[in-house]
Amino acid sequence: MKKTILAGALAVAGTMGLMAQNAKAQDITLCWAAWDPANALVELSKDFTTETGIGMKFEFVPWPNFADRMLNELNSGGKLCDIMIGDSQWIGGGAENGHYVKLNAFFDKEGISMDDFAPATVYAYSTWPKGTPNYYALPAMGDANGWFYRKDWFSKPELQAEFKKKYGRDLGEPKTQKELMDIGRFFQGREIDGKKRYGVNIFTERGSEGITMGATGAMYAWGFKYENTPGKYDMEGAVNSPAAVEALEFYKELYECCTAPGYTDSYMQESLDSFKSGQVAMAMNWFAFFPGLYKDENVGGDNIGFFVNPAQNVAASTLGGQGMSVISYSDKQDEALAYIKWFAQPDVQAKWWSLGGYSASNSVLNSPTFKDSQPFAADFLEALAGVQDFWQEPAYAELLLAMQKRLHDYVVADKGTAKEALDKLIVDWTETFEDEGKL
Amino acid sequence: MAITSSIDRLADRAAGATPPQMRHTVRGLSDRGIAWLFIAPTIVLLLAINIFPLLWTLYLSFTNFKANRIGREIKWIGTRNYERILADADIWETLQVTAHFLFWTIALQVLIGFTLAWLINRQFKGHSFWTTVIVLPMMLSPAVVGNFWTFLYQPQIGLFNYAVSFFTGIDPSSFQMIGSVNLAPWSIVIVDTWMWTPFVMLICLAGLRSIPDYIYEAAEVDRATPWRQFWTITVPMVMPFLMLAVLFRGIENFKMFDLVVELTSGGPGSVTELASINLKREAFEKWRTGYSSAFAIILFVTVFGAANIYVKALNRVKQR
Repeated sequence: MKKTILAGALAVAGTMGLMAQNAKAQDITLCWAAWDPANALVELSKDFTTETGIGMKFEFVPWPNFADRMLNELNSGGKLCDIMIGDSQWIGGGAENGHYVKLNAFFDKEGISMDDFAPATVYAYSTWPKGTPNYYALPAMGDANGWFYRKDWFSKPELQAEFKKKYGRDLGEPKTQKELMDIGRFFQGREIDGKKRYGVNIFTERGSEGITMGATGAMYAWGFKYENTPGKYDMEGAVNSPAAVEALEFYKELYECCTAPGYTDSYMQESLDSFKSGQVAMAMNWFAFFPGLYKDENVGGDNIGFFVNPAQNVAASTLGGQGMSVISYSDKQDEALAYIKWFAQPDVQAKWWSLGGYSASNSVLNSPTFKDSQPFAADFLEALAGVQDFWQEPAYAELLLAMQKRLHDYVVADKGTAKEALDKLIVDWTETFEDEGKL
Repeated sequence: MAITSSIDRLADRAAGATPPQMRHTVRGLSDRGIAWLFIAPTIVLLLAINIFPLLWTLYLSFTNFKANRIGREIKWIGTRNYERILADADIWETLQVTAHFLFWTIALQVLIGFTLAWLINRQFKGHSFWTTVIVLPMMLSPAVVGNFWTFLYQPQIGLFNYAVSFFTGIDPSSFQMIGSVNLAPWSIVIVDTWMWTPFVMLICLAGLRSIPDYIYEAAEVDRATPWRQFWTITVPMVMPFLMLAVLFRGIENFKMFDLVVELTSGGPGSVTELASINLKREAFEKWRTGYSSAFAIILFVTVFGAANIYVKALNRVKQR
């Protein structure tokens, strides 16, 4: 009897072990940054598991370490990730170094058309070489740098009157970068509800990409270009153009006139902290954070307003967002592709938006109800129409760190002039492109 | 004689217990051979994890290799990386920042560490308690210390600014320790000094306690003043310990990374970008492996050369 029970137990245990092994074999790992949209994706992905039986595991890394951690993983040919939601700038390296699977054949086979996604996102997140129909990612998370402000402060009658008297216009969402600075100055050091407040929070972070993402917001608005002729790497006269110099001087002035003390290394989290703690009237950040901000009990709801990056010479915003790629080192590419096929469906995209993710699908963005679906939805569409991105070259990290250094040296450390900073940047970038054999 | 014969008997017994095959092999080895047999694993490990990487780094420093571009052809570019580094104004700036950090941290730590050790050595009431309290910062993780001090330095809520304000009357939010170009280099010096002075103090304390009392007693018999005793007995006898502390702190601070990254990330701009931070950025963020290898070799030769000269000076002081 004992032997029978033992044999039965072993059989059950063996079967369960086999089942567990099968389930484990079908699990796939998705790698991304640790932030609000990632939590929404976890929620969304439960439907995928229900439909296909493929389990989802997630590897989320905080933004300051995201690029370091994940690029190391890719460069070492690691198998941690089956799917990568990688930054737009990684697409060149991902394609040329063979980290990402080319998706053209898969898209053709499954009837996934890039025409179904916003052109700016396809260009930025999916194609390499830029603009060619060679796809290495599905646009997963549309994003841009935008602004939010304390609507409750802006609507105070005494402040409105004082602002109108001083600047001759209503205190409201700025239409230009210079208007934004006026509002920043107006709030700087002002006492509201018994506390000292400040004008703005802008990106000044040194270590990863912060100050570049922030300053280029102003530079693009002034008409900044990386090259005179796209693809020629002829940067002299473009990168250090008078408009670029003026924009960089503006960003430095904005930092000096209107930020709270101590924000010399400020990026996404610091922006949220300074706003939520009631220190600043306005702050820049990625649209991805706006749903969370709107839900905030203290500063959200009726107390918050959103606006697109103000134009100066042109309407433009810094591109954020990511595409979804399949890792070429993965042993579970079929399951990963199945996830991408599922994710591309219009109803899944609609749910993605409703959960707090930013869909890049035309079926969502062009829907008649989209603009009114969230208080920042219309601004998001406007931003998406004018997004510009940093270099997406395989050597992007080298190019980015050079810009981080030159901008931080000038804006925060007050070293040299804007023209000198941009001149030095051209020298750095020229050296990199020479090393790359592109110049 | 008796001892020799008992050792012989013991050796015979051990030889008898050795299996015949192994006995044959061992008998074929000389003493030198057996010695090599024992140290071989260590030598192999040393070669694998120290010497080979060093030689490989040396080789890479003459190439255009980038670790994130595995498929790319590796080109031998001679001394171009070295020429670039030595002609790079940013690298020289980084080395100046490192030199400033090294000089002031060591100077302050030696001065304060020695003073504290001298006071603790007076054996006043509660000196053991104060020794423990003083040593506490050294026991913390540098990452924790860095994070902790970023809050202390925060101009709006930081205790450091309030303490300065309390003693000087300056508005606490009127200055930024880690955001100011002029103050940031000092902010990292202060934190490193806070953290590592106890280490210097402990070494000095060991030195002070190693001085025999009779020397002071003899000096007192000779009517030497305390001042004279300090300069002619205490300082010379503690000097080798002090020099050792300087050597340890010098090597440690030359490669300082974690504390400063947590505090300032090398900013504002590059005013606190030490050589190690710059090296890490070149090697693992920009992925310029060849270039960063050359920089690493330059730093290695500098530290190795300086440490050798210093150790020779230390030996001379010891022999006096």
